[in-house]
Amino acid sequence: MSKETKGGPGSSHLLLRRHHDMGGLPAGPVDPPKPEDEHDYAPWEKRVDAILRLLADSKRRLITTDELRRGIEELGPGAYDEMSYYERWIASITNNLVEKGVITVDELGRRMAQVAAAWPAGAEAPAKQIAERKP
Amino acid sequence: MSARFAVGATVRVRAAFPPGHLRTPFFVRGKTGRVTQVLGPYRNPEELAYGRSGEPALPLYRVVFETAGLWDDYRGAARDTTVVDIYENWLEPAEETV
Amino acid sequence: MAHDHEHDHAHDHGHDHGHAHQPHPFQPDLEAAPLTHYQVMTQAVGDLLIEKGVITADELRAMLEAIDAKSPAAGARMVARAWVDDGFKARMLADVNGAAQELGIDAGSIPIRAVENTAAVHNVIVCTLCSCYPRLLIGLPPDWYKSRAYRSRTVREPRAVLAEFGTVIADDVEVRVHDSTADLRYMVLPARPAGTEGWDEEDLAGLVTRDCMVGVTLPKSPQ
Repeated sequence: MSKETKGGPGSSHLLLRRHHDMGGLPAGPVDPPKPEDEHDYAPWEKRVDAILRLLADSKRRLITTDELRRGIEELGPGAYDEMSYYERWIASITNNLVEKGVITVDELGRRMAQVAAAWPAGAEAPAKQIAERKP
Repeated sequence: MSARFAVGATVRVRAAFPPGHLRTPFFVRGKTGRVTQVLGPYRNPEELAYGRSGEPALPLYRVVFETAGLWDDYRGAARDTTVVDIYENWLEPAEETV
Repeated sequence: MAHDHEHDHAHDHGHDHGHAHQPHPFQPDLEAAPLTHYQVMTQAVGDLLIEKGVITADELRAMLEAIDAKSPAAGARMVARAWVDDGFKARMLADVNGAAQELGIDAGSIPIRAVENTAAVHNVIVCTLCSCYPRLLIGLPPDWYKSRAYRSRTVREPRAVLAEFGTVIADDVEVRVHDSTADLRYMVLPARPAGTEGWDEEDLAGLVTRDCMVGVTLPKSPQ
């Protein structure tokens, strides 16, 4: 019979160093692209940035950069590694807005479904996205 | 703002590893450096991150480290340095023990 | 190619315009491709915030334009002025935001500081914990600045990272890495290239690239 091996000394190292706190860890080449090959920010990405700046401005002060960062850090290692930069931002912004009661989970779910349904090409269903990520 | 450390002070970064949001990178914890600038006061990010006021503001310091002292296998030049902005709550005088 | 499109919604989305889109190998053409989960979320959150009056469509539109208006050119102008005017250089080193105002540049309220390259010191900027960058002066950071590789290795082996950019710093020059961990943002004030005596500011600014203000390269040399 295998013994339960979770926890104890075996898990002490986990979260000791947070996943985003990566200064000094081994990593591959930076491999910077030529300037002409650099990623052009997509409009949706700039929209995320714009939303954050507005929410954080002196008129609203609804979210701070610190809360944004903390929200990103709390997404967890898998999400951190596999989500793109602005995907992490919108996930954190949205979580923060829900926590603060600016929007509710219910209205978010309904609106997201509406947006997906209204898009001419539809939205990738979660199941499809999960299936596509399998090796 | 009454800053505990002056420019030139030798300081050690506390070797503490709490959970939660903080802005003292893992790679300088427990390391000794020298204050090159007294910045601040700045509201505490460890509090701001949770929607709290972050006050009272903390003095913030530019602390310079010898890069060769940060890594066992540093292959750059002995004169290379690394400068990190560190909040006062993470610093102790270097002669104190943890 | 990435486009935002207006949906069948009652309110104005602030349609993006004025972009010259290049086909990009890694981004689907949204006209033909489905939205991803986070693109759906972005649209929904923006819509809800506008409906609730938290932000307005006009504010969103104006902010998008403001983001697009920022580029390394503003930093390059400041560097060029610093190269010809010692008083300006001193003020820039003390307070980039204040000095920017002198040139009619709004660098925002987050404090930006400049660190000066000299014959003895070469500076490099990184944010190991996230992606702090002087956006309000020089625009959005490149992907590599935000990458795991750059954030992990620049504090550990800066000279090797610089070499990937074609930059080799002599051993008798100190490489000084700045980790932007707090509220301040950093930029490098590079050294003025030799052979530019008598150049006007506009031509000098033309030598100042984004990468040399991060510190991974030197300014272009006069050719």
